[in-house]
Amino acid sequence: MNKILEVRNLGRTYGPGCPLCLEATGPESDTNLCPHCGSVVAIHDVSFDLFEGEILGVMGESGSGKSTVVKTLFFDQAPSRGQAIFYDSDRQHDLFALNAAQQRWLRNHRFGMVYQNPHQGLNFNITAGGNIAERLLMSDLMDYGAIRSRAKELLARTEVLLSRVDDLPKRFSGGMQQRVQIAKALATQPPLLFLDEVTTGLDLSVQARILDLILEIQQELKTAMIVVTHDLGVIRLLTGRALVMKYGRVIEAGLTDQILEDPQHAYTQRLVASAL
Amino acid sequence: MNATPSHAAGSAYNFGFLDEYAKKEVRRSILKAIAIPGYQVPYASREMPMGRGFGTGGLQLTLALIGPGEVVKVIDQGSDDSVNAVNLRHFIEMTCPGVTTTTRTQEATLIQSRHRIPEQPLTRAQIIVLQVPYPDPLVVVEPSEDRRKTMHGEADYARLLVKLYEDIVKFDEITISHRYPTRINGHYVIDPSPIPRWDVPKLDDSPALVLLGAGREKKIYAVPPHTRAEPLAFSDVPFRIEDFRDRQGQRHACARCGCSDSYLDEFIDDRGARVYQCSDSDWCDTQLQHADTEAVA
Repeated sequence: MNKILEVRNLGRTYGPGCPLCLEATGPESDTNLCPHCGSVVAIHDVSFDLFEGEILGVMGESGSGKSTVVKTLFFDQAPSRGQAIFYDSDRQHDLFALNAAQQRWLRNHRFGMVYQNPHQGLNFNITAGGNIAERLLMSDLMDYGAIRSRAKELLARTEVLLSRVDDLPKRFSGGMQQRVQIAKALATQPPLLFLDEVTTGLDLSVQARILDLILEIQQELKTAMIVVTHDLGVIRLLTGRALVMKYGRVIEAGLTDQILEDPQHAYTQRLVASAL
Repeated sequence: MNATPSHAAGSAYNFGFLDEYAKKEVRRSILKAIAIPGYQVPYASREMPMGRGFGTGGLQLTLALIGPGEVVKVIDQGSDDSVNAVNLRHFIEMTCPGVTTTTRTQEATLIQSRHRIPEQPLTRAQIIVLQVPYPDPLVVVEPSEDRRKTMHGEADYARLLVKLYEDIVKFDEITISHRYPTRINGHYVIDPSPIPRWDVPKLDDSPALVLLGAGREKKIYAVPPHTRAEPLAFSDVPFRIEDFRDRQGQRHACARCGCSDSYLDEFIDDRGARVYQCSDSDWCDTQLQHADTEAVA
């Protein structure tokens, strides 16, 4: 299996920061707020590898830093510490050493992101087709006919009615908005996809169809994905491996089945027990 | 192009109204704008004795460039006789002794224009200054100037192209009639001021220097001579200029001079009929004179 992403010691602190921040926070201290300087250690020392076609789950309660992990990797936020290397066919990119234009290029061409809130991922003032066109135009496709047919193809693939390709996303239901977001993220056939709480807030039948869609895409395109969620059902269904986070630290990592059947850390045990 | 301070005879004002330091600053910004084609150079737009939005940006460029011996033409929407053009011309005559004004395009060395480029092809000896209300083409897609600057720097114009895409989806064609976003020298996209689409191809490889000045927005940018200027379009939906055809596919001609290859203004005459006439009044006059001399001969 080919490695796609290698993340080492990723960290992000909000606030001034002091030498004691990292020791004074974390699961042992039961806080992520430094008592000395008031900084928030959103994530610290997060390391993992991701392989081609693999789905990695990141779970934890709200405020545990799981979204911050994908946001730094998608360049929405800059990390305070750490390194991430993206292996793109035979080239390597040291993600945080790239300049802004190179980061934007990777973001547009090689990565995809689906946010919990469609307002973050979609432009609600332009049509569903226009949203997909935006991503294709960012990757330098300049042919109107080609953009149009690719947009339709993607919306058909994500089960959005083709008659609605020229409607504004604000006229769509939540599930449809999420599917348009997925279609947009997939437009450039990225080898790496980030999914941040994609099914949160949707009703169960819609959730099931979106999860099915994600699995089908993974089978078809061999896209590697990082799935952030607090829903253990989603973790169980989608992911092969998972990280459990608390107060910005990874407290448990391993095969999903193993974590869910035989949790080692007290927090994970509580989490799994509460879900059953 | 006179750097030494000189006072207009009998006037308390410096030659060209602006003081020499102000002119120097504007000239320096012009040089930077020429050096980076299409880049919007910020400058300290001075207060002028007229409201912002009446061509103060263009006027400051004109006054910074002007020197005795210069021949100036001022155009407002193609016409030399409309209020804006007449007032600016009077202002230049008043504050710049030794400068002559003209309405003839080929006689002018410096042309200040509001929203038209003359039909008569410009030469390398001429400079055209365009008045700009909104210098940034990205303002329609991104409200934050900070982020717009990054987008310009990275030549990130996808969202502008999405506007064109949406236009074609809704109307089957690109409906931008003026201020057509144009890529200069393969990088920066400019708002070429509200010139009609008809005038955009004149920017491409133009022998004359094109300067654009926004007074209220405090920006100067330039299309240097013989620089590429490509209107944004899709590879399969090319940029089109106005064709002025009626329903039968017949090209309208100017009702006054009969010219059928100029940009036309449409208006309703006293009897309620639709009339087309050259927008460029000097061009129209020249065509009439040609017709006269031919009739005599």
